[in-house]
Amino acid sequence: MTTRLIGEPVERREDERLLTGRARFIDDVHLSDMLHAAVLRSPHAKARFTRIDARAALALPGVQAVITHEDLGAANMPMPLLNEDPGFIHPRTHRALAPGQVRFVGEAVALVVADSRYLAEDALDLIEVDYAPGAAAVDLVAAAAPGGPLVHDDTDSNVACRTADNTGDIESAFAAADFVLREELRPERGAAQPMETRGVVARYDASLDTITIWDTTQAPVSARGVIADKLGLSEAAVTVIAPDVGGGFGVKIFLVYPEELLIPFAARLLDRPVKWIEDRREHFIGSNHERLMVHRIEVAATRDGRILGIKDRFLYDSGAYCPYGPINAQCAQAILPGPYKIPAVHTEYEAVYTNTPVVSPYRGAGQPHGNFVTEAAMNHVARALGLDAAEIRRRNLVRPEDCPWDSGRIFQGNTPFIHRDSDYPLQLAKAVDALDYAGVKRGQPAEREQGIFRGAGIAFFVEGTGISPYEGVEVRVEPTGHVHVATGFPSQGQGHHTTLTQIVAETLAVAPEQVVVESGRSDRFAWGVGTFASRAAVVGGSAALGAAKAVRAKALDLASEELEVAPEDLVLADGAVHVKGAPQMAVTLAALAYAANPINTLQAGAEPGLRAADYYRSPDGAIASGVHGAVVVVDIATGMVEIETYVVVHDCGVMINPTIVEGQILGGTAQGIGGAFYEKLRFDEDGQPLVTTFMDYLIPTAMEIPPIEIHHMESRCSLNPLGVKGVGEGGAIPAAAAFAGAVEDALEPFGATVRAVPLDPPAILAMIEGRAES
Amino acid sequence: MKPPPFAYECPTEVADAVALLAAHGADARPLAGGQSLVPLLNFRLARPAVLVDLNRITALGQIAVENGALRIGAMARQAAVEADPDVGRGWPLLTEAIGHIAHPQIRNRGTIGGSLAHNDPAAELPAVMLALDTEMTARGSKGTRTIQAQDFCAGTMETALAPDELLTEIRIPALPEGTGWGFREAARRQGDFALIAVAVLLRPSGAGGIDARVVVTGTGEGPVRMRGAEVVLTERGTEGDACEVAGNAAAEASEPADDPHAPAWYRQRLVAALTQRACRDAAMRLGR
Ligand SMILES: Cc1cc2nc3c(=O)[nH]c(=O)nc-3n(C[C@H](O)[C@H](O)[C@H](O)COP(=O)(O)OP(=O)(O)OC[C@H]3O[C@@H](n4cnc5c(N)ncnc54)[C@H](O)[C@@H]3O)c2cc1C
Repeated sequence: MTTRLIGEPVERREDERLLTGRARFIDDVHLSDMLHAAVLRSPHAKARFTRIDARAALALPGVQAVITHEDLGAANMPMPLLNEDPGFIHPRTHRALAPGQVRFVGEAVALVVADSRYLAEDALDLIEVDYAPGAAAVDLVAAAAPGGPLVHDDTDSNVACRTADNTGDIESAFAAADFVLREELRPERGAAQPMETRGVVARYDASLDTITIWDTTQAPVSARGVIADKLGLSEAAVTVIAPDVGGGFGVKIFLVYPEELLIPFAARLLDRPVKWIEDRREHFIGSNHERLMVHRIEVAATRDGRILGIKDRFLYDSGAYCPYGPINAQCAQAILPGPYKIPAVHTEYEAVYTNTPVVSPYRGAGQPHGNFVTEAAMNHVARALGLDAAEIRRRNLVRPEDCPWDSGRIFQGNTPFIHRDSDYPLQLAKAVDALDYAGVKRGQPAEREQGIFRGAGIAFFVEGTGISPYEGVEVRVEPTGHVHVATGFPSQGQGHHTTLTQIVAETLAVAPEQVVVESGRSDRFAWGVGTFASRAAVVGGSAALGAAKAVRAKALDLASEELEVAPEDLVLADGAVHVKGAPQMAVTLAALAYAANPINTLQAGAEPGLRAADYYRSPDGAIASGVHGAVVVVDIATGMVEIETYVVVHDCGVMINPTIVEGQILGGTAQGIGGAFYEKLRFDEDGQPLVTTFMDYLIPTAMEIPPIEIHHMESRCSLNPLGVKGVGEGGAIPAAAAFAGAVEDALEPFGATVRAVPLDPPAILAMIEGRAES
Repeated sequence: MKPPPFAYECPTEVADAVALLAAHGADARPLAGGQSLVPLLNFRLARPAVLVDLNRITALGQIAVENGALRIGAMARQAAVEADPDVGRGWPLLTEAIGHIAHPQIRNRGTIGGSLAHNDPAAELPAVMLALDTEMTARGSKGTRTIQAQDFCAGTMETALAPDELLTEIRIPALPEGTGWGFREAARRQGDFALIAVAVLLRPSGAGGIDARVVVTGTGEGPVRMRGAEVVLTERGTEGDACEVAGNAAAEASEPADDPHAPAWYRQRLVAALTQRACRDAAMRLGR
């Protein structure tokens, strides 16, 4: 009997360690003789400097080194460009330490290494840099226009990249329109705030000339490559270990942050272990941001609400450098048509440098932006045409009978965005039902008489998941009976060890406790890239299945020899291979693993071990989808909003573990609500950040997030062997649009229109009072 | 986010603490619950040379009712006062307001004295103390003196305390039977500092009249008594649109500035709405 594990809500294997304090996060890495580092960061958004005077800092007892760009030499060459774009004009990437010019407040200028972090911070206060500040480009729209201050003086414009994409016949679409909506929509700047900030610990082994690096990265294998290259070492001499990591959300994947290079550099220079733990203020200014875009859209529609075409010209704030390429813009334009059959789509984006921290993906990577644009436009077209917001969606959805339906858009990883394996109309019907959408609408006239302003909003999402590149997994049965699973993609709390165990244990018919998973250590498995873009289950899970199946086939072959029975007559169960119908005729996997390592009789060309590795890439990815629905009540005297009901209907294909799926949805939705109503970064006109603490960056807490009702629809994905679609980001994508739609509906008597998220109570009161939006 | 170096003292007697403050002058800072001071140290916004830890001075922790008045030691934890049944019965406005300070974890450490001495312009306690006619007791090297609530707050994060003075105790007089009270706060998240908070107290004053006290905080000026609103309530009672008129009077009298959390006009709207609501709450409780 094989026990079914895939699809079961088994308890997370990680939790006992995490909940009993036995996890090892980066700050739990304690090495003897370890030093502590702090980074001197630019106080100016734009400045040149010629001299860094560290004499006073070095004179402070306990300070071991002050490292500047001059000390780094070749290690300070520009970081790699991770994504190409056909429209690149002048890509610029960052360096570990600014060489004479800083481009945002927070950019790394020097590294202090001292006996304690306290001393290192004391030393920061003593370093003098002769900054000559210059005018900064801060506002996205102004930075994109010619004539203003330049972020990179060797360019003639802050526009880093200008790219257009066209699907269908856009001119005919607009010629045929009864109605055209034109508006500007702005998802504002935010940033991922994992509970654990970033951190790096490095230890140099002078005897072997090797470096071991503990790093909160989401991509240890790739980080190893960049760090080895910059330090002039063989990849084999560098080990990167991502220990337990307390949340990533995208901000911990970057190749590489300055500290990921500086800390191993310092450890080698001083021949002592060095630790750097980012503090929250640094995280606000020294780690990457996300979100800000300005979309100018035109939507062509017929009188009965069919969308004929969308034109979207948008600006994308890239921050001071664009090592990631305009990836968020690429994703936003790819998902613009959403789940709708929109015959013509024209997008043009400009990625623009500003004197602000670098922008890179954060949970959803541009998809929350594109989603907000389309879903807000749906609401606004519906209102202009006198249609219901659910009805206009229904009229435009791709239907199961249309599938596969090629949207004509190309997603990240060069993945065509082709709809299949989902039932959007059914998703909508379920959401509308769960929300009691009709009931809310029916109640509105009477409630408004009494001064109660309740409204319902719905928003679809489609999410490109499971994209390239490939990931790999090795499965090895040990003579001890343990099954060792190793992979390069690490976990930041998602529960990969549990889901990989479920896949491997079920395939090999072993007890889950026998499976040992190791991930995120470049010395154990060094192929693949990392954890991002909702791809671990699709790509890594499929590789795990492939590797486990290959091991199963080997086990059957070996057992067939051992038992002298044809493989077709054998089955796996309870950690052993049995003869069908004669369970007493069996050989354990442990014994087979032992037999698979014939140390004295190995044949030429044969490989020892009961093991296999598999590598998986999904050329067409996997599209996850769903609907969020919210019912809110707005207090029209204060602009405060209460979310009464929040419903998520989603389809992530086969759920390997429904509990983990729900965790992803709840967390993602909470972050989405943060982006809808709470979290916003601001700068003054000189580029000084105004939000650098949790007093000002309002992350919603358990008190603000309403109960979230989840409805699963499990349409098997036909593109990968597990039948899964990614679920990591979907929760975060449509929340802003659903919330904004509900607020608009509640405030319909005031003609409220939401064109920027996050909303806040003053913005809501401004809509009620008809003030110009502040 | 690590503090600069400081020396640390932990006296067990008030007199010793006062002596330490006197000896070090402006270089010394008392440490109470640390919920405001430690962040200031970590951001290096405060750089005292000496921290005088008050946490071992047990004499400062008492909560007692004496001759009808409530006496609270400066080191009484906010959570302890919030949970105290005598406080809940006699001064429910105080209990209610404490529930709006931060989160339970912070109230477990944060003290009454620390909040008052810190005097954040959006803090609840200074406003409530003004509404309740509280008397503060301060002890310094020159002796002990009493400061009335209306004289205690001296601008944003400034108080009437001298650098070598400790706030040792507060004394809140009894409220007349049937006093109505209301406390309303708007904050972005549960536990955040108030965007605006309003405390209203309606004391019965013979022959069916009322003596009204309306205090608004969060406008940036610290707690402000809204005398115009008080006059409306005293003269007109709480019937009809009196609460609304009082709210509008309070809004007109308030002078918030724009800040990153909210524009000035928005805070004025909140003053109007919350004052009106707090007045209604107080009116409902009046005479019960
Ligand atoms: C996340 C968070 C949210 C918060 N939200 C709120 C909120 O909503 N509302 C609110 O009011 N507060 C809030 N606070 C602040 C909190 O209430 C603090 O506890 C309080 O402001 C200070 O009290 P403390 O005992 O911690 O004082 P400390 O931080 O120890 O001291 C504060 C200041 O008072 C001085 N001081 C302390 N005791 C005395 C004394 N007896 N005599 C003279 N000087 C003294 C100190 O030297 C220091 O300058 C919040 C704090 C945090 C961390």
